[in-house]
Amino acid sequence: MSSMNAELSVNKQASPVPVKSSLWKLSVRRLLKNKLAISGLIVVVFMFALCFIGPLFSPYTDNKIHMAMMNKAPSLKHWLGTDALGRDVLTRLMQAGRISLTVGLASMLLSLFIGLLLGAIAGYYRGIVDQVIMRVADLLLTIPGLPLLFIFGALLSEWKVPTDYRMYMVMLMLSMINWPGLARMVRGQMLSLREREFMQAAVVLGLRDRRKLFNHLLPNLVPLLIVIATLNIGGAILSESVLSFFGLGVMPPTATWGNMIDAANNMIDFQERPWLWVPPGLSIFATVIAINLFGDGLRDVLDPKQKR
Amino acid sequence: MSTYLAKRLVYMVIILFAASLLIFCLYALTPGDFISGNIKLTPERKAELREIYGLNKPVLERYAVWMKNAFHGDLGFSLSQQKPVLTLFNQYIWNSFLLAVVSTFFTWLIAVIIGVIAAYKQYSWFDTLVMVAIFAAMSLPSFFIGLFLIKILAVDWKWLPPGGMLTTGSNATGLAYVKEVVHHMTLPVIVMTLLGVGSLTRYFRSNMIDVIKQDYIRTARAKGMKERKVLFTHALRNALLPAITLVGFELPALFGGSLIIEQIFNWPGIGQLYMQSFSLRDYPLLMGFTMLIAVLTVIGTLISDILYRVADPRVRL
Amino acid sequence: MGDLLAIENLKTYFDTEEGTVKAVDGVSLRVKQGQTVCIVGESGCGKSITAMSVMGLVEGPAGKVVGGRIEFDGQDLLPLSRHELRTIRGNDIAMIFQEPMSSLNPVLTIGEQMTEPLIEHLKMSRKAARARAIELIGQVGISRAEQIADSYPHELSGGMLQRIMIAIAISCGPKLLIADEPTTALDVTIQAQILDLLRQFKAESNMSILLITHDLGVVAEMADYVIVMYAGKVVEEGEVVELFANPKHPYTQGLLKSKPVINQRQNELYSIPGQVPNPLELTESCYFHDRCAHCMDICRTREPRLKNVTDESKVACWLYEEAVVHG
Repeated sequence: MSSMNAELSVNKQASPVPVKSSLWKLSVRRLLKNKLAISGLIVVVFMFALCFIGPLFSPYTDNKIHMAMMNKAPSLKHWLGTDALGRDVLTRLMQAGRISLTVGLASMLLSLFIGLLLGAIAGYYRGIVDQVIMRVADLLLTIPGLPLLFIFGALLSEWKVPTDYRMYMVMLMLSMINWPGLARMVRGQMLSLREREFMQAAVVLGLRDRRKLFNHLLPNLVPLLIVIATLNIGGAILSESVLSFFGLGVMPPTATWGNMIDAANNMIDFQERPWLWVPPGLSIFATVIAINLFGDGLRDVLDPKQKR
Repeated sequence: MSTYLAKRLVYMVIILFAASLLIFCLYALTPGDFISGNIKLTPERKAELREIYGLNKPVLERYAVWMKNAFHGDLGFSLSQQKPVLTLFNQYIWNSFLLAVVSTFFTWLIAVIIGVIAAYKQYSWFDTLVMVAIFAAMSLPSFFIGLFLIKILAVDWKWLPPGGMLTTGSNATGLAYVKEVVHHMTLPVIVMTLLGVGSLTRYFRSNMIDVIKQDYIRTARAKGMKERKVLFTHALRNALLPAITLVGFELPALFGGSLIIEQIFNWPGIGQLYMQSFSLRDYPLLMGFTMLIAVLTVIGTLISDILYRVADPRVRL
Repeated sequence: MGDLLAIENLKTYFDTEEGTVKAVDGVSLRVKQGQTVCIVGESGCGKSITAMSVMGLVEGPAGKVVGGRIEFDGQDLLPLSRHELRTIRGNDIAMIFQEPMSSLNPVLTIGEQMTEPLIEHLKMSRKAARARAIELIGQVGISRAEQIADSYPHELSGGMLQRIMIAIAISCGPKLLIADEPTTALDVTIQAQILDLLRQFKAESNMSILLITHDLGVVAEMADYVIVMYAGKVVEEGEVVELFANPKHPYTQGLLKSKPVINQRQNELYSIPGQVPNPLELTESCYFHDRCAHCMDICRTREPRLKNVTDESKVACWLYEEAVVHG
């Protein structure tokens, strides 16, 4: 990634617009050639469209209890059947997707923001600031994530956080777990960038700290950040589903893919009514694999040297 | 090396202290405790029990007591099981280890073989297929794939038992016992292997791709070596070398059990023990488990660091 | 004496994202038995790819030999199966490379790496192979052979490793040794020792050497016959004395001029103006035309053929085409 970044930054100083845009154009062209990444993108777009636009076309959005329609198997009227309260599973699946995707996206943004901010500060100023931030990150990385999430989840339940707000708390929890890894990576990148020629040129020119940080260092992290951010959404969606499945994340009546699978904890639903819990599981799987394929394609294009 | 090691050890201890304090406070913050959750007890009895277990003391004092005992090799007494925490760990941890060690073995075996072949045939249809499979494995929601396979393989087709370590009421011994355990662990091992194999295969594949480009591989070919020998003697040895460091990172997974998988498959391991104790708020056990994982994580990282230094051929072989 | 190696119109192309790179484009050359032939040229001119094509080690799937013939000892190598080619590699044709430090496997001992071809090609037993390996280590001038055999590459110096590479190369008694920039990565004093070693083994076994280098000093010392390559093509070839005395092609002249001469202080060393053309943007022309002081109109539009100008030398340049110059 280093050579490309240097190129990007150096070129930008010479002739800001055309060179940069052609570099991006080249990246887009290379991305379009990657069939796996593009199929991933298509699936992601489809899932978003399904969840955010789909419910508008559903006649079953009232979320009311229909006694006559309880636990019906998939039919033409209800493509994915109905649940124990007679609600349409497909509609619920789409509504759940809204929450799951939003939580995934938002917690990624939040952890990226915290990780980037703290990582950049640590990597840029070094010294005592760096020490403090990185030791806190080490500490959080030492404590196993899942038990930590469980404790947070239990706290939420006990504090009687209204179910509407739990979604936001879950985002916060996931970011708490995710930022240390991100901060570490950003810091590492900052440290290596600092030593590079164009940065030393900026020092020689006597640019101010803020200018150096925002105009020269951060733009060079953009490709890496895009890649990491994409791959992190998948991870966040998975974590949310685990929490909600164990009843510690977002709780009913707000549906998420995770808490819909909770139906499988009921012996009869598990054995006799797979339409209740298989579709949300497959939705998670399809969405995450699509995001990962797309993210990996992005990595190849934006960050070709970093393979893992 | 020795000053480096000393520094690392000191830092490790400090981090673990901080972690233990944080974990203790978090659990202390977690509302409810084992006693108040028990509806059979009268308020007077509850107060009495709290007094006995020291639950009405301030958090820091409780922490100090806990820490002091921990240094004497006593992680406390499980309230729900009425046994010392360490005794319980010793009883459950080996079940977890059995599951983890078998699935880790299969994960590595499959990852190395598939990774090498995919790297050798980079950009072929086989490689593309492997890449898709890798991403599929990495994107599996663990609990869902567990449930899904139980539904298909155990409930519908009845090939394998759905959970547990032994058939209920079984008192098989000797070979029959072993057979039964193997039968029961097949499904969880499959799932754990599936969950781990993706990222490891990817790791070996990209390692091998880097190694295959090296000059010494060209030399081996120029010497007229068989392609199999070039790959498995010359290339794989180099690709495996950095993987030695992963051994350390496997440590928490080997002994820490898997919360989700053990819960789903009703496997009597330390992870399931934790999950059950969590809803009961059996703090000594929860605390002990979380610290155990933290200690394993820190030791694992240290082992990885040391192995990395040892394994680098330019340092020593 | 017949030709040991005869390459006819070899074409090795690489597919890249931006288009096809004709790394080697219609190269022909001959190596007689016991002869040392040098291929000279700047980096990227296709000289190494030519060697790799002979070895069948062009890295696929991007790179491919798309045309031509490579005849070794009367046998066409290109149609051979991988297995058949493998029995020739390291056995009848051996190769040494530029970077001795990275050309040996860091996790295997020197001894292990030396015995491999002996066991593979000469069907020696492990024990006999080891004894032979130790003998070979001594022959390439390294003392404490036993100890060296048990050490790992990172424990030896670059010069020693290149000696080991030579020992591996000659271990099966090859008829042809391809040496790709064997001294480039080494100190000057070590360079001379390595070249001496090559000459010594050549004299002892009457093998042929195809030496690839950009160093004209090495050429002067080693070569019987010289081939000058530029942008994937042969632009001039000839007996070494003739070529050094009367270089014909402006590129060869430039190369010789840019070589420092001992005992002669120059204020400024000559360098050929311009750069090697982008291999993707080549159209029919003399590829050297925009760096050439004698460039004519025809040079920009038509490619000159490699033709004999004297009995001992060939050149591909319009300056030597009678019809053009006088017509």
